Amino acid sequence: MPEITRDEVAHLANLARIDLDDAELDHLAPQLSVILESVASINGVAGDDVPPTSHALPLTHVFRDDVVTPGLTAEQALSGAPAVDQQRFSVPRILGDEQ
Amino acid sequence: MITLRNTAAEMAQALADSTVTSVELTQLHLDRIAAVDGAVHAFLHVDCEGALAQAAASDARRAAGQPLSALDGVPIAVKDVLATEGLPTTCGSKILEGWIPPYDATVVVRLKAAGLPILGKTNMDEFAMGSSTEHSAYGPTHNPWDLDRIPGGSGGGSAAAVAAFEAPLAIGTDTGGSIRQPGAVTGTVGVKPTYGGVSRYGLVALANSLDQAGPVTRTVLDSALLHDVIGGHDPRDSTSIDQPWPSFTDAARAGASGDMTGLKIGVITELAGDGWQDGVMARFQESVDLLVKAGAEVVEVSCPSFVHALAAYYLILPAEASSNLAKFDAMRYGLRVVPEGDPSAEDVMRASRDAGFGDEVKRRIILGTYALSSGYYDAYYGQAQKVRTLISRDFAAAFEQVDVLVSPTAPTTAFKLGEKLDDPIAMYLNDLATIPANLAGVPGISVPSGLADEDGLPAGFQILAPALEDERLYRVGAALEALLAQEWGAPLLDKAPALEETR
Amino acid sequence: MTDTLLTFEESLEKFDPAMGLEVHVELNTNSKMFCGCPTEFGAEPNTQVCPTCLGLPGAMPVVNRIAVESAMRIGLALNCDIAEWCRFARKNYFYPDMPKNFQTSQYDEPIAFDGHMDVNVPTEDGGIEVVRVEIERAHMEEDTGKSLHVGGATGRIHGADYSLVDYNRAGIPLIEIVTRPIMGMRENAPAVAKAYVAQLRELIVALGVSDARMDQGSIRADVNLSLSPAGDGGLGTRTETKNVNSLRSVERAVRYEMQRHAAILSGAAGGDRTILQETRHWHEDTGVTTSGREKSDAEDYRYFPEPDLVPVAPSREWVDQLRGTLPENPTAKRSRLQAEWGFSDLDMRDTIGAGAFGLVEETILAGASPQVARKWWLSELARRANDTGTDIAELGVTPADVVAVQALIDAGSLNDKLARQVFEGLYAAEGTAAEIVEKRGLAIVSDDGALSAAIDNAIEAFPDVADKIRDGKVAAAGALIGAVMKEMRGQADAGRVRELILDKLT
Repeated sequence: MPEITRDEVAHLANLARIDLDDAELDHLAPQLSVILESVASINGVAGDDVPPTSHALPLTHVFRDDVVTPGLTAEQALSGAPAVDQQRFSVPRILGDEQ
Repeated sequence: MITLRNTAAEMAQALADSTVTSVELTQLHLDRIAAVDGAVHAFLHVDCEGALAQAAASDARRAAGQPLSALDGVPIAVKDVLATEGLPTTCGSKILEGWIPPYDATVVVRLKAAGLPILGKTNMDEFAMGSSTEHSAYGPTHNPWDLDRIPGGSGGGSAAAVAAFEAPLAIGTDTGGSIRQPGAVTGTVGVKPTYGGVSRYGLVALANSLDQAGPVTRTVLDSALLHDVIGGHDPRDSTSIDQPWPSFTDAARAGASGDMTGLKIGVITELAGDGWQDGVMARFQESVDLLVKAGAEVVEVSCPSFVHALAAYYLILPAEASSNLAKFDAMRYGLRVVPEGDPSAEDVMRASRDAGFGDEVKRRIILGTYALSSGYYDAYYGQAQKVRTLISRDFAAAFEQVDVLVSPTAPTTAFKLGEKLDDPIAMYLNDLATIPANLAGVPGISVPSGLADEDGLPAGFQILAPALEDERLYRVGAALEALLAQEWGAPLLDKAPALEETR
Repeated sequence: MTDTLLTFEESLEKFDPAMGLEVHVELNTNSKMFCGCPTEFGAEPNTQVCPTCLGLPGAMPVVNRIAVESAMRIGLALNCDIAEWCRFARKNYFYPDMPKNFQTSQYDEPIAFDGHMDVNVPTEDGGIEVVRVEIERAHMEEDTGKSLHVGGATGRIHGADYSLVDYNRAGIPLIEIVTRPIMGMRENAPAVAKAYVAQLRELIVALGVSDARMDQGSIRADVNLSLSPAGDGGLGTRTETKNVNSLRSVERAVRYEMQRHAAILSGAAGGDRTILQETRHWHEDTGVTTSGREKSDAEDYRYFPEPDLVPVAPSREWVDQLRGTLPENPTAKRSRLQAEWGFSDLDMRDTIGAGAFGLVEETILAGASPQVARKWWLSELARRANDTGTDIAELGVTPADVVAVQALIDAGSLNDKLARQVFEGLYAAEGTAAEIVEKRGLAIVSDDGALSAAIDNAIEAFPDVADKIRDGKVAAAGALIGAVMKEMRGQADAGRVRELILDKLT
């Protein structure tokens, strides 16, 4: 039975970029363990011969033509931004690498 | 004389007959909202000015003999998970407080194109995660049948608005039952169309492969009228079905005759037993008996994989949601919390997401992150996708034998606010009967089946049809509704206690 | 902090290099990968965005058909199999220039896979070796936005106070082409890497699917490199060097990382002789790589199939139809053109080595003779590229410019020496060849009056030379021609000057 530790929850919160404090970790870790325990029943239910379903209806071949359609103005695009400078989204200093 | 208690179809007829104007009708509902929504809290945002302007435009079209649709001028409420240009869209979350989208969801575009004035945005569990609307960051919605009880969720706001006569029509979204379960516990009608039947463009995704928008109304015919307006192919949604649909309005009108001769109904073995409230089961059985009396044939059908549906759902949903909700990072829109010191963008993301998301959202994001992590993918997400296949196969086998499948919509009537808030598993069990349809993409409707004896609260009757056969929901739903109305002598909502009107 | 390096030769004595190249090609579709926003380079910030590419809540993607076709054509041109059924997947990681905090990409189901390219590699000994580079996959994905880093000393990401993000580039279609490890190349490894990227670029140009401008980032290369003990045959720990945005840099980056790895593995750099698996950044200006920040979660991208898109299942008819649109196979094309142009093997080697194969071809197609195209690209322009460390394709001189310059020479308006000054003007982006001739006053003086005066001056200055010519020693005319050319500051046709001198003196 999978047990999700407090450290694992902290690691996952880090991956998900949520700054959980100690109280939240204490609160959430046991709840997650219970949930995980109940969903773990799914293990082994379907064998290797069962294909996965990612879409309920098997559509394929859905494309758009390569034509330009009207988008947003810069003003609209920036309308919800917490901070704007030089018609750009102003964000705090970025750590790490250019991707 | 049109009142709040008329159906949307009757209101549309009155507009057509010029016995009421859209401005009058819209004002009537805005007044009702002002009078009762303090107690119900179905709405997060009411747009009086906008709704009245749209109503006036509708009246002008009507006067010129150019109504846009059968529902032109009938006001509607929209769940706050659909983007509305110029109207706040929060998804019940602090992280989107004050966000005003620069665009309309396709469903909203279609409502506007059909001339329905939009009254406002309805309350919901944060990002549609929940079955009680208690996870709204803006406070819960109260069930009009008993203000101490939950209205269901996640779309408790839309269901309560319709049940409390604050709106004749509403839009909901259903990922695991969020239209049907609130319908059941508020004594209203809710339809989850076939996946791909209604555009998801502009619907803030919870679980993209499960989400579907649909009608929330007081009658089956009203749902059909609304479905005809919002449904159909949308090139902006790659998962939208590109084929013509029949008129659901026609199907509902045909069904209302009540003749069920030749219909084969399957009762799902797995959706009964322990944990199913007696009063809910009693009303369910009565409804089945009525359908049989009207000519239907009933058989019991086993769908053995349904017992794994809940587990598959609570892996697929959090996985997709954890990725969908990553965009809420305080960079481009929404809440930005800047911690002390010299924070980096990452620090701001972490702090904002911690402050902006509620507990249930955090639980599911972390669960989903776990389910997708390398090393766990096959055991969890991969396995859940295979269980989907098994559930689809169960449906396929069942629909070989019967035309529609039926079950109670939810295992219980509305529980008390706060009762299950800190017990996620108990909360998740509310969706036991509704989830399989989402996993397989098939359509479902919940129709009121009466009041449970032990608490006098509404129960719902769920009808499921094969994918693309939404028409059957309306035919059978309208028949059951007509047969029950004959028994009761009045609509179920007439039995709801009157809400105190304040001004 | 400077890396300790072994020399290139030392690194080869001890180690064998293995390389992997990941090349991102930005497609030149009219609209983005998943929405109808335009893709033009250089627009005002945040003017080519919509709810979808801005990642607004609720917005959804729809796949651009031409982007899929371009991906398949690239795959087919690289001799890949085309998937009968494949999906897009979400690559989840947080970064401010990525609007959704996931990149819509492809994971274990690429549209094209298992291909190869036969690369013509100019070798150290003056020949051309054909090296088969195996292609693992080519897949479709979307580009990110662009950040401007404000404050701090350098305008670079480190030390910046804050950043400004423009999402115009977000969602532009990219094709990522990944090779299998390229091994056994030894001292030719840097040249192979460069030749592969150069030939891939030419292929992309021939397919017409991208602007293929490395300087604008429409082709970007990542270089994976590892060393293993010489003769060992295994694969060592690799580093991934990003940001390698010119052909010359591809070669230099491979060479640099070979030398750096060798120093670490041999112990010359101190430490525990282990290579850290990491991202490195190439610095064009200083010619070194630096370490990217280590991220503990960098590898856990939590890929899963993109649920907002349906599978791409290209029919075999569609694939065959696209196969019919492919340009010629590069090796066959090289042989054909070498024969057509009358180039020697050495000419071909130099042409390819200079990265000028496509440019020479285009110049000839634009009307120049093979000799003329070779003359300019392999002398003046190749030298200039080499001297300034610029890719020859990015000097600011196009095949059409070369044709225009040669036309001026053929018309007698320029000589070779003046033409070089016209090229100077083209490097400096002073305008077209004709405009530069005008602005710089470079045209040959064909006014016999002016020439005549200059000749008279020369005869006066060198009377004994003039006498020799009068005596029939015509070969002496050279001295007088030189003097005249000097006075005319080169702007004269030496042939005409000679005629006039002989007219006067014989």
